[in-house]
Amino acid sequence: MRIVFKTSHDADIRLWKHGAQLFWYLLLLAAAVALPLLLDDFMLGEATNVLVWAIAGMGLMLLVGHAGQASLGHAAWLALGAYADTLLQTRAGLPFLMSLPLAAVISGLVAALVTLPIMRLHGIYLAIATLALSVLTEDIIILAEPWTGGVSGLFAPDIEIFGINFNRYTNPDGLYWLVLAITVLITLGYANLLRAPTGRAFVAVRDSEISARAMGVHVARTKTLAFALSAAVTAVAGALMGHMAGVFNNETFNIVISIYLLMMIVIGGLGSIHGAFLGALVIGFLPQAIALLRSALAGALGIGSITIPGLETAIFGAILVAFLLFEPRGIYGRWIVIRTWFELFPFYRRDMFRRQRSYLKTERMR
Amino acid sequence: MDALQLLVSGLANGCIYGLIALGFVLIYKATEAVNFAQGDMMMLGAFITLGLNNEAWLGLPFWLAVPLAIAVMAAIGYLLDALVLRRMFGQSQIAVVILTIALGFIARFIAGAIWGHEPQSLESPIAGMEVRVGGIVLGLDEVAVIVVTVVLTGVLYLFFSRTRLGLAMQATSQNQLAAYYMGIPVKRVHSLTWALAGAMAAIAGILFATKGAIDPNSGLLGIKAFAAAVIGGFGSLPGALLGGLIVGLVEPFSARYIAAGFSQIMPYLILLLILVFRPDGILAQVRQKKV
Repeated sequence: MRIVFKTSHDADIRLWKHGAQLFWYLLLLAAAVALPLLLDDFMLGEATNVLVWAIAGMGLMLLVGHAGQASLGHAAWLALGAYADTLLQTRAGLPFLMSLPLAAVISGLVAALVTLPIMRLHGIYLAIATLALSVLTEDIIILAEPWTGGVSGLFAPDIEIFGINFNRYTNPDGLYWLVLAITVLITLGYANLLRAPTGRAFVAVRDSEISARAMGVHVARTKTLAFALSAAVTAVAGALMGHMAGVFNNETFNIVISIYLLMMIVIGGLGSIHGAFLGALVIGFLPQAIALLRSALAGALGIGSITIPGLETAIFGAILVAFLLFEPRGIYGRWIVIRTWFELFPFYRRDMFRRQRSYLKTERMR
Repeated sequence: MDALQLLVSGLANGCIYGLIALGFVLIYKATEAVNFAQGDMMMLGAFITLGLNNEAWLGLPFWLAVPLAIAVMAAIGYLLDALVLRRMFGQSQIAVVILTIALGFIARFIAGAIWGHEPQSLESPIAGMEVRVGGIVLGLDEVAVIVVTVVLTGVLYLFFSRTRLGLAMQATSQNQLAAYYMGIPVKRVHSLTWALAGAMAAIAGILFATKGAIDPNSGLLGIKAFAAAVIGGFGSLPGALLGGLIVGLVEPFSARYIAAGFSQIMPYLILLLILVFRPDGILAQVRQKKV
């Protein structure tokens, strides 16, 4: 077990607790940078996909995991990001380096405006309101056909920065590094936010709105800010998804994607940045794992390939049910338990991470 | 005359939304869990009836298949609570929401694997028949939906006000701890509530599959029914039916008198307006906590 002596106030909020932690994160970063040298183009594309999902996951994690506000409709912000980014490039002729941040800012502002009226809602009602927003977004995309292309969709141009083309197929390494750079930037921003007063206010609002208000946190403003930041980060992921898909329409960012996103961060572990990445890994590589399993099974049984539509979603759902029942803290929570077991080796106690049984908190009386 | 036909078909749709919403509200009132899989349970109930009744599958007589399917769905509802949902007791509502969404995914997959993804209709004795009332032609299926809903509402009213189990469910929904002290087996009542919601879902599914075709994704209808439940007032049984009727009526009329695309949008617009101006629904059940 490592004992960290805190000799300054900074030690409490430093990004890394001790040198070894910094070393491991840097090693992870180095491995991530070196990944294109190790993987073939297909797997690299999947890795890029995972990073984009991780960005979207961080967007939602900020809202659900840290600010404690549920959203069942985050695909709306993915869609807004994708459409804003593409339209800014094709209609306004802005370069990618400007259109991406602008798309994020637009989404953030729209989210702030939209959440003003629904900010009074709590828990399940808020979730339903976001669900309605997401469904409405799909229909609005169809109604706004002159801009969005309606059902036939929009073609996203290739990402181009200073004349360098980042096409998914001709320059997969470049696209990967670009997405990695964006991911690292957002992750650092997120980690810094959490140690700043704003991030702490988010956590305070999550844990108890009444206590947060008593401590001087402006609850409504904090929630709106959380929504706006979350939507902005998600919009970045949406824009990247749009570029990677090449063409997208109202169906691309449907309600199922919202639910996938939410499930992803729950599986990864709510309330931690790591959770967003772990969840993205699960969602990114699950189809591959199922395909491998399926061919192995078909080979073992000596039958042809089996294809069952909807199998991936069902397995994903089953994994989620298992996590909610047996490990609600997600993969990252389980990892912390395992790490603590090793750190304390003979002294780990069974009840150390025991979940507190709380009585049912009724929503009918507030 | 056109408007009258719209009215009847809207009412029939609204009754189905209302029945699904009733399932949500039953479970929410009794256990405070929000069951997002209610739409998928409706779908599953429809498919079980279809699998028992249609010639292509088992080919049982209609009046045998219906009670069987209702019983099976009630059993599924009971087991769902006893095996899965009971473990979630005391966790946040959102966790339960996510869990039931995941269960819905699984239900959709199972239905697709067994009965396929093609839309199918229930071969009920009343399918395709018509009634003429003073020169207007109405589908017998639509009339049947309305009649069944009215009868079912009456039966539920009697159940909740006259039977021991119904009273126990009411007591549990009002105060679990007090109900427990009064000797009500709260856990079993919860499971029975889920069974009742399963049976309601089966009835809604049978009506839905009689009126039109069903496929594994029909469960997404549950989202609209959910909107209906919130519009009416989450936690109020009459409110659920009222909300269902509002959504059911708004859809065809907005498509007819505003524009075709609006039939999808209007229910959610109403939902957002209700949430903003009267967050607890038309027939509100929430009281402020006194500190």
